[in-house]
Amino acid sequence: MVYLDANASEPLRPEAREAALAAMVATGNPASVHQAGREVRRILESAREALATQFAARAQDVVFTSGATEANALAIHALSAGRTVLVGATEHDAVRAAAPNAITIPVLPDGLIDPQVLDDLLTQHPHALVCLMAANNETGVLHDITRAARVCNAHKALLHVDAAQAAVRARQDWLRLGASSIVVSAHKAGGLLGAGAVIFAPPFGEQVAPIIKGGGQERGWRGGTPAIPAIASMAAAFSVPYDAAKITGYRDDIEAFCVGLGAHVAGQGAPRLPNTLNIALPGVRADTQLISLDSAGIAVSAGSACSSGKIAASHVLLAMGFGELAAQAVRVSLPWNVSGSDIVAFKQAYETMAKRALHRGTVTLTQAQFAN
Amino acid sequence: MRIVVAMSGGVDSSVVAGLMHEAGHEVIGVTLQLYDHGAAVGRKGACCAGQDIHDAKRVADRLGFAHYVVDAEARFRASVMSEFADSYANGQTPVPCIACNQHLKFGDLLDMARDLGAEAMATGHYVRRVDGPNGAELHQAVDASRDQSWFLFATTRDQLEFCKFPLGDYASKADVRDVAARMGLAVAAKPDSQDICFVPSGSYADIVGKFRPDALQPGEIVAEDGTMLGTHQGIARYTVGQAKRLGIPADEHGDALVVRKIEPGTRRIVVGPRAAASRHVKLRDVNWLIDMPPEGLRAHVKLRAREIPQPALITGSGTGAALLLDNPALAAPGQAAVFYDGSRILGGGFITA
Repeated sequence: MVYLDANASEPLRPEAREAALAAMVATGNPASVHQAGREVRRILESAREALATQFAARAQDVVFTSGATEANALAIHALSAGRTVLVGATEHDAVRAAAPNAITIPVLPDGLIDPQVLDDLLTQHPHALVCLMAANNETGVLHDITRAARVCNAHKALLHVDAAQAAVRARQDWLRLGASSIVVSAHKAGGLLGAGAVIFAPPFGEQVAPIIKGGGQERGWRGGTPAIPAIASMAAAFSVPYDAAKITGYRDDIEAFCVGLGAHVAGQGAPRLPNTLNIALPGVRADTQLISLDSAGIAVSAGSACSSGKIAASHVLLAMGFGELAAQAVRVSLPWNVSGSDIVAFKQAYETMAKRALHRGTVTLTQAQFAN
Repeated sequence: MRIVVAMSGGVDSSVVAGLMHEAGHEVIGVTLQLYDHGAAVGRKGACCAGQDIHDAKRVADRLGFAHYVVDAEARFRASVMSEFADSYANGQTPVPCIACNQHLKFGDLLDMARDLGAEAMATGHYVRRVDGPNGAELHQAVDASRDQSWFLFATTRDQLEFCKFPLGDYASKADVRDVAARMGLAVAAKPDSQDICFVPSGSYADIVGKFRPDALQPGEIVAEDGTMLGTHQGIARYTVGQAKRLGIPADEHGDALVVRKIEPGTRRIVVGPRAAASRHVKLRDVNWLIDMPPEGLRAHVKLRAREIPQPALITGSGTGAALLLDNPALAAPGQAAVFYDGSRILGGGFITA
């Protein structure tokens, strides 16, 4: 199998595996006062300090959770008290569902927001909480957080940044740039499934109102015994350098090839993650593409899958004005360990699929379809 | 060969997938998600997938082939549910299973199978495909009590060439369940599905009312001379030929009255004696599975899902046809008239009047 679905979950990094194994064999609960408890707590607090260093924060402002979804919910729950929430149109469902009454910040066809529009919205809604993701999970488009933070600051608004996809692939010191909180995820970086964190800029950690109170873990901010092996793997995964140049080279190779076959790239003109490519094949349903590629041993994804596995049109691409093409796109996201032979296999399978559809008359390659 | 199997999550299509897999084919199981289960059961936060999708996935996982759920909600709503309601509102009695077979299973899904490079599509329908001198023929199932050929008349010859129906040769459903049990499938003892899939409560009028409230407006029941005999609670509740729910005593000869005509414009249900049935029936959207002889054709015609085919002369051209029945009958507009030569299906159409 050729695994090109890293934005769903990155393959485990060897460094993360080592850290997880070491944590797994340590017996004890970090809340215990005895020696065994202290040993496990040392692993937990070392991971916390590592994350603080990696993301230019203080250790006491790092809250571990079960993953990015919970981390986003916790941060938005904390920061939205008494504030209007503004959410980017292409945000992940984890953010959109955490702020169901939010005002949507529209995006341009390239997936970026217009800073002037944000400025106008904040003029109408001062002291708001703005939620903008660092990198979009479907298109890889990178929001200009520096600029957004400046606009937010001018209106005394808070900025929450979901950095789950960008934490290793396009890391910035978002908290120093002006974000009030950021969210990261272990398995999106090559760690284990089951851990994430929200990291606050001072003094916003003090606003946390726990969603799960439980046994008062994480200084009372998040109840429940932390998943130490997953947390240790996360800190280790974040410490491994990311070979952006290699990954970008492979991505650009695939991109040029698919465009040559008539595919349309989402967010092509915007800065993007090195590993992500969202390509629409006009006239071919996304699920047909996904099944076709899976049958050829290529793992990619599309749109947002319901728990049944049914693929709906992507809200991200709809927000970017893709119309019908929003239901005809797949996401290729290269993992850190992608190889040249993976790229060859993908191109072969994609070409077979596109040519079969072309032969069947499903695809009609006219420039008009790429008009947006 | 690569074969797409249309899987509903029931025992029949599960066995078909299992048989294809055992025969060494590369099986791609596909379940069409026809409607949002969570919304259908009206429970907030309920999963969009029902138990049937879960069951289909379990069969695929157990036997070891790929299974996918394909979104067909918009298409089902427009081509089946909405048409179903419109048909009732127009005084007809639709057959949604035929529309679903025609537009979704043998339309969209079959197209998808071709896009996937599959060489065939297999379904769990109880019909037989027989390869004759002029290509694939559609025949009734061996088990007459399970035969679904009436529901598949709209399958085109081109579509038929691409299809496999392994269950048509089984002598009984019990045999199919035995195969499921041998394969170790949890669905082996799953009850048969009932009635119309998107009407779980059994009250189809509720669904019609959601799309077309006008079809549930009260109106008059009248005799053929216009005499008012009673009232009704919506034309959607009646079918031509129906004797029940009229609330009218038998006429002076002791004959029960039946619905003769439904008039959507005036919302009138016209009743009369059953004996006054007609020999003439007109059809629309006719699909021929043979080359239609220009001089017309004598065949047996089945005007309802559960009845014995009756002899008739079929004439017509293009997508229209006219029936001259040997024995008069009450044909319900919206239902199918399917032509048989013995076990073979020659074609069929929808009754207009």
